Formats: sequence, structure tokens, C-alpha cells
Amino acid sequence: MSKIYETVIGLEVHVELATKTKIFCSCSTAFGGAPNTHTCPVCTGMPGALPVLNRQVVEYAMAVGIATNCKITQYCKFDRKNYFYPDNPQNYQISQLYLPICRDGGIEIETAAGKKTVGIHEIHMEEDAGKLVHDEWEDVSIVDYNRSGVPLIEIVSEPDMRSAEEVIAYLEKLRLIIQYLGASDCKLNEGSMRADVNLSVREAGAKEFGTRTEMKNLNSFKAIARAVEGERARQIELLEEGKKIIQETRRWDDNKETSHTMRSKEDAKDYRYFPEPDLVPVVINDEWIAEVRSRQPEMRQEKMARYQTQYGLPAYDAGILTGDKTFADLFEAAVEICGKPKKVSNWIMVETIRLLKENGMSPDQIQFSPENLAKIVRLSDEGTVTNTVAKEVFELVFLKDIDPEAYIKEHGLSTVSDEGALRAAVEQVIRENPQSVEDYHNGKEKAIGFLVGQTMRAMKGKANPAMVNQLLRELLQAI
Amino acid sequence: MANIISDDTIEYVGILAKLELKEEEKARAKKDMSEMLDYIDKLNELDTDGVEPMSHIFPVSNVFREDIVTNTDGSKDTLLNAPKQKDGGFMVPKTIGS
Amino acid sequence: MNLMSMTAIELGSKIKKREVSVTEAVTAALDAAERKEPQLNSFVTIDREGALKHAQDVQKRLDEGQIDSPLAGVPVAVKDNLCTEGLLTTCSSKILYNFIPTYTAQAVLQLQQAGAVVIGKTNMDEFAMGSTTETSAFGETKNPWNLSHVPGGSSGGSCAAVAAGECTYALGSDTGGSIRQPSSFCGVTGFKPTYGTVSRYGLIAYGSSLDAIGPVAKDISDCAAILEAIASYDIKDSTSVRREDYKFTSALIDDVKGMKIGIPRDYLGEGLDDDVKNAVLKAAKRLKEKGAVVEEFDLSLVEYAIPAYYVVACAEASSNLARFDGVKYGYRTKEYEGLHNMYKRSRSEGFGAEVKRRIMLGSFVLSSGYYDAYYLKALRTKALIKQAFDRAFEKYDVILGPTAPATAPKLGESLSDPIKMYLGDIYTISVNLAGLPAATLPCGKDRAGLPIGLQLIGDCFQEKKIIRAAYAFEQTRNYEYSPFAEV
Repeated sequence: MSKIYETVIGLEVHVELATKTKIFCSCSTAFGGAPNTHTCPVCTGMPGALPVLNRQVVEYAMAVGIATNCKITQYCKFDRKNYFYPDNPQNYQISQLYLPICRDGGIEIETAAGKKTVGIHEIHMEEDAGKLVHDEWEDVSIVDYNRSGVPLIEIVSEPDMRSAEEVIAYLEKLRLIIQYLGASDCKLNEGSMRADVNLSVREAGAKEFGTRTEMKNLNSFKAIARAVEGERARQIELLEEGKKIIQETRRWDDNKETSHTMRSKEDAKDYRYFPEPDLVPVVINDEWIAEVRSRQPEMRQEKMARYQTQYGLPAYDAGILTGDKTFADLFEAAVEICGKPKKVSNWIMVETIRLLKENGMSPDQIQFSPENLAKIVRLSDEGTVTNTVAKEVFELVFLKDIDPEAYIKEHGLSTVSDEGALRAAVEQVIRENPQSVEDYHNGKEKAIGFLVGQTMRAMKGKANPAMVNQLLRELLQAI
Repeated sequence: MANIISDDTIEYVGILAKLELKEEEKARAKKDMSEMLDYIDKLNELDTDGVEPMSHIFPVSNVFREDIVTNTDGSKDTLLNAPKQKDGGFMVPKTIGS
Repeated sequence: MNLMSMTAIELGSKIKKREVSVTEAVTAALDAAERKEPQLNSFVTIDREGALKHAQDVQKRLDEGQIDSPLAGVPVAVKDNLCTEGLLTTCSSKILYNFIPTYTAQAVLQLQQAGAVVIGKTNMDEFAMGSTTETSAFGETKNPWNLSHVPGGSSGGSCAAVAAGECTYALGSDTGGSIRQPSSFCGVTGFKPTYGTVSRYGLIAYGSSLDAIGPVAKDISDCAAILEAIASYDIKDSTSVRREDYKFTSALIDDVKGMKIGIPRDYLGEGLDDDVKNAVLKAAKRLKEKGAVVEEFDLSLVEYAIPAYYVVACAEASSNLARFDGVKYGYRTKEYEGLHNMYKRSRSEGFGAEVKRRIMLGSFVLSSGYYDAYYLKALRTKALIKQAFDRAFEKYDVILGPTAPATAPKLGESLSDPIKMYLGDIYTISVNLAGLPAATLPCGKDRAGLPIGLQLIGDCFQEKKIIRAAYAFEQTRNYEYSPFAEV
């Protein structure tokens, strides 16, 4: 009979901050760009270059720390982490070991198992590395330092999670908080949010932790969940076979759903940290903390309450819209323009979410503007287009961010309210469907629905439905 | 209290510092390092209990830049001294599997 | 009169009065340097073409009234660890044998803005690690007073060039005595300012918390004027210190009445050459005669400065020099198998023995399990040394002593015994640990005719007290030209 094991998980989450410039130089952090165009002597480790700290990095780190209930370290410093790798131009990374900016926080998560708090051990500021592209033809790699020096915070949790479900709940909560703060867009697919999973297993009830491994290269929530399950199974299998788990860093291959060790002889994992002599300490007084705190934007709970009181939305709508920062921002911007909160909410909750699902997209990949959403809401609400047409046009807004007003005009999709045209169409439908007319006269109310449908079809969905209804009844009465 | 530097230590430090010594250099390196460490051990004569380690001499703090992009395309200067380059980047031996 | 025998202020004044053109001054330096280089090897690079072009430009700016600096048009040599845009900068190392910086160090930039003309880059100990300029990958520099002796180091090229009249003045860098000791050995005046006074932006780092850029010249008046030009609060260097007063030349006053000068007994004990001791004490006597209050005192902790320094400097160096890896610039080995082999071969072939020795020591003292015992212990010792100086400066305006325990050793004598070589820095090193300003000025010669240096140390930000004492002392003697100066 096999034993029962408990999984113990802690996360190291790296988040790229949404600053305009890098952490130690005035180069742009814009994504993309030809190789090495966003570089200077500082972020390429040129001899004699020196770092100067970006104030905004400190403020974002403080904001995240405050929002995750951390203590702000009022005297914090940078340290050098020394290791050789070509994506790291100085062959040391400026990071924080001894006095990280935030410590001892935590956030509450909720899963099927209930609510619990996941502790945050520390948050530190550091610089990102460059990018290595592996050449297809030659046995070489190409180094691009555009990402070198982009500011990161690393959020180190306590080993408080026990399942993949809790890991995902923690990451989603963390992402929502950081997105609300505007401190990062937290896109896992673009690497602006990255999680390394520290995992160990132990027999249920054991007091000591087992030996842990660190899993890297996890690019989606699904990959993280699979890696947690995979590593748990691997470790249990080793223990069942009476083997030892080696403390090591492993790289997850999500295609094969397996991992392999990243150990090598040349990789001593002895980082020789020491205080960065080129930077001075950061002293954060109470006033500065209060100032950052006072500038904290509205977080999810407050926003949910406000949507119900200010816009009169049902709690259900408010919950969904605030569950993703993109939805909330889109909602507020569109309402600002068209002033119809419940209608805007419906368009997001029904059509937008349907199209996201159909296209396998996440909310942060939404590309259409709130202006065009507001137009659709207005055009459909005013009856300029029918519901059917509105939905069809919105698909194009969703996919290509077209201007729906111009499109409707150009393609003649406005609702037809011209009595002459509608009367002619209704008369023809009556002529062509004698059976339904008879059914109607025999008291079958439902038959009118069919005739309305036929008329709408004949008018390509553009007919004013109320007028069609009225005309049909009038003409049927007259027969 | 003499410091004895082993071959393993020299090799380990070589991995950390990415230095590879020839056999004839190793003996000298071991001797130099052990003598230097013996000499440095002189610091143990000093009672430093309760003394804060001093990394910066002056209590200067909070030197910041504002978050404004001022640098323009730096690729030409960045690559000017590259020993080997390709496709606008620095060329290095393949890093996967090394 | 030989243009190269003038001080910077004298030559600058003649240029300003149009008695000498900038091109004449620069050509005189270039010609002298090219004539003397085969014997001295003070330079890694002489930039005749660039210097002459620059000279014309400066003359034009002068003629248009755009510059009003006492240094305008005066030829300067710059240590080869200061980046100069478009001009080879090697740190006297094979690993940077072909490195062309894309920007100019802030200190050099400020000199150029003041109209100085850089004629070339001076030889040094590789990455400023050494006390003799013999660890240069491009051959040792020789002492202009005696070609069989070293010029000192690491700024040996700068000091030899000034002493030999190959340039009017030079810039050096000082991490543990690298301006003061070679200035002393070459019979010139050198100044290491308070840490953070001159921007380190563009100085290729050795020990970042200790490195300082400073002038090497014939006298303290030049040094004060040069310091005034290169000092600044620089937003590119986070450790740069914003000072209230940069007017160093205002302290060039021949008056030390009532100035309190302390001589550490610890600096006069065992290991100090008698000729050096006598010359230094004689200098103290001169200042006393001028009204200074001179007394001996116990500084303490002097013997702990060197071990603490080597831990801190080597640890920082091991990290600072990690960037030289054959990827982005400089030397890459010809044949290699894979990444780590490329790193190891490029670095092992590119760095010289002394640099490797210090990188290895620095890596070791920071490695897992040793950080507290070595690195933190050294930083605690540094704090104690600073406190000892703080106590001394409660009583004294200036500390006076020898710059080095002996005069310049013979070529080839030093490198075989590193610790003995390191001991030669015993009077200079603690100044860097405590971030203090200090000057060295010639105060005589030993029995072999080699120059002796007098060191004046001030409290942090008290350069002016040093300048005042130095100026007063200089009035008691004449500048002695080296045999190479062709006066």
C-alpha cells in the first residue's frame, strides 16, 4: 500500500515592471525592436559605465509590497550576484540579497478547498538579462541586449501552497493585484511574468520539508499546473523506489511534459553576493511610504462595490468585469463614452467572452478600442442596427477593431424602417407562405413568429423588427 | 595558522572566475594564495565585534534617475568592438547544451 | 625656453597671451614624447593626428573667446584606464588590446571642455594592479631619473611622462596609492581627491569603492587647477558627492601659521628607509619654521590596512573584471570548444599573472563559506581605520608622512614577492579605505639620486588644507627636473 504524500510548493515570481526606461539607464523598455537597438554602455556592460537607479522602479516595488501586505525595508541596498552567462553582459546581475525592499507579506487565495493566506517572504528589485537566439544553421547563439536591464521585481513566496490549484489561484491573485497597480502587464506568454516553482514532497503529517527542486521555463498557467503534477509524481516515484531527491534546478519541457536537470560542472551556483559599490542605499521614510500608499489605485474589492452602487450593476456582472483588469478598463472607458453601463457590461460578458473563447485568446489579448465598443452599444441601443447585425459587426470589431459606424454605413446595414419597403416585403412573405397565414387564422399565434423570421431573412436582418411585427398583424387582419 | 590551498580549490575558483591555469601556473597560484590568506588572517587579531561593516564611506543615499527615455538607437556603438557578430547581435558558442 | 619645462599654468598663460599657439604647445609635447618613448615607454598610444586636430579646434575656441580656462591648449596625457571616444583604451592589458570606447570618461570630457588637448594614453600596471608598471602587457615604463628603476605604479606612465617632459601634466587613478606612489618615485606632484569628488564614469573600474581619479603635475598649483577642472557632481556616477566648494585654487596661499600637522609615529617605524625618513622630517621642519604646529602621534591600525585593502579591492576586482569575457569587446581566444572553454581561454590568455592572482583571491574571499570571515571582516576593519582617522582629524588639519617606505626599486626586483611589493603601499592604502584626500610632493632625493615623496593627508573634503600646506612647503624649494626633462 503506497503512502500518502503532501506536496509543498513555493514560488519565485519575476515580474517586468511597466517603466518606460530600464532600471539603471535611460534606454527604452519597449518590447520588440531590432537586436541591440535599445542599448547603451550601461546595459551592455561596457568598461567604465555606471548604473543609476530609476526612481519609478522603487515606487512600483513599494506599491506591490504595500498591496501584498509586506513591510517596506526603510534602508535597502543592492548587491551583485556573480555568474557568467552571455545574456548577462557584466557577468554579474545587480539584485538584492541582504536588504530586499519588501519583506513578510502575504495574500489571501480562495480555492475549492477554501480560503488561505500564502505568505510572501520578500520582494526584491533586480535587472533582467538579455535574450539568446540559437542559430539554426551554425553551432552558435546570438546575444541581444534589448531586454538587458529591464527592471524586474522577484516575489518570493513562503512554501505555503499544497496543490497546483493553489499555485494557480496565487498567481492569478498576484497578477490581478499587479495589473490593478499598473506596475506590470503580467503577460506570461511575452515573459513579463515568469514563475519558478520550488517543490518538495513529504509524507502526510511529517514535520520536516523534503528536498526541493526548482523548476524553470514555465510559460503558461497550464504549463505550471502540468509541471507541478509532473514533478510531484517524479519525486514520489523516486522516494517509493528508495532513491534520494537531488536539490537542483530543472527545466520543464511542456511539449514532452517532462523536465531535465540544468546542472553542469561549470555552473557552481556560488554567486559570491556582495554589496554593489556603484550604487548607494535607498532610504525610504514614512512620508514616502504614505505618499505611495495614497496613490494606490482602486483595487478589485473597491471597484466591485463601486460598479454596483455607481452603475447599478448586479454583483455577478461586477465580479466578472473586475476579475480581469482589461475588462474593467474596457468597461469604464466605454461607459465613459456611451453612458450605458448595463449594456456595455452585457456586450463584454456575453459577446466578448464568447469570442475570446472561440479564438482561444486571453483578455489581455483584446485589441479593440473602447470607442468602437461604445459605438456598437449606442448603434444597437438606438435601433440604428438590429441585434443580429450588431453582433455580426461586433465580430469584426473584435477581430480587426474596425469602426462599426463607418462599416455599417458603407455596407448599408442600417435598420430599414421605410414603411413602403417593409410593406412590400411583408406582402411577399404572406403571398409565399399561405400555410402559415392559414395557421395564424386558425389561432396559431406561433405562426407569426415564423413569418417575422421570413421577413427578416428577406431583408437580410436589417428590417426594423417592431415595424415588421406591426405590419404583419395589420396585413394578416386584413386578409 | 597556515592556509593550505588544494588543487580542488584552485579548480573551483577557476570555475567561479573562469580562469584556467596551466600546470606550472597552478603551483605558483596555490603558494601565492595561501601566503596571501595567511597575511590576511592578520585581521583576526582585531576585535571587530559590534563594528558595522562599512561598504560606503559617505552616508549618501537615494540617488535616482527619472523614468524618461533619452537614449536612442545604440546598436552601432554597442557592436563596434564585438569580436564576432551576426544578425545585429553578439555571436557566442551555442549556449544550449553547454 | 623649452615649452615642456613649464608648468600647466605657465604654459596656459603663454597660450592665452598668444605668445605660444596651441599647435606649438601640442607639437612640442608630441615631439618630446616621440623622441623619448624608445627609452621610457610611458605611453601605450600617442595620438598625433587627433591631438593636432584638437589643437586647431581649441585655438579656434580660444580665438573666439569661448574658453577661459588656465588649462586651455595645454597638452595632457591620460592614463589608459580612462575611456576616450575613438581612441584605443587598453588598461595595459592584452584582453583590451583593440578596445575603442564609444564615449569619453567624464573627467577627461571636462578637461577637454576646458580646452585641454589629449596627446595620448599612458602605460600602467595591467588594470591598475601593481606598484611598478611592470605588469603592463605592453612592456614596463622606465623611471626618467634612472632607467634601471621602475617609475612606480600603477600610474607609472603618467608620472614618468610628466617627469620626463613628454606632456605638461597627466591624469592618473589611485585605488591604493597608484597616483601618489609613482609621483613620489618620479619626483612629481600627485593628488588623490576625496572619494566621489571626481566622477568615475568612464574609469575602467578596479576597486569601485576605492578608485579615485586625480592629477599628476609639476607642482601643487597645477594640481589644484586641474582638480578644479575635473571635479564635479555627476549624475552618471551614483557615488559622486555634491560638494559646496570646488574652488581649490583659492587655497594656494603661502601661510601655514597655526596649522596643526600630525606625523603618525606608525609611519616612521620599521621598514622606512633612512634617507626617506630624513627628507620627510626635514620637510616637516620647514613647515614648522613657517608657523605650523607639528607633532607626532599614534594613528594605529596601520598594519591592518593592507590585508583589509586586498580583500576589498580583489573582491570588487573579481566582479568588475568579469565583464572581460571575449563576448562584447576585446580579446577572444582563437580556438575553443563551447562557451565555458571560450570564457576560460580568453580570460586566461588575456589577463596577466598579477591580475589573475587578484581575481582568484577576490573570487575566493567572496565564495560560499568565506564571505563573513574575509569580506565582512575587511569591511569592519575599514570602519575602524576610518574611525582612527576621524580621531586624528579632530586634532590635526593635515597628516604628514612619507608616501612610500623607500624610493623606486630596480626593474624586476618587485614582482617575485607579491607581499613585499604590497607592503610598499603601507602609507597610501589606508587613505583609500577611508576615502580621504592626499597629495604627494617631491621633498628631496636619496643617496642614489632618486626622488623622495612627502605625503599630506587631509580629512574628507579638506583638500584645501592639503593644498595650502603643500603650497607653503613648495615655496621653500625649487622643482627639480629629471635628467630626461631636457631643460
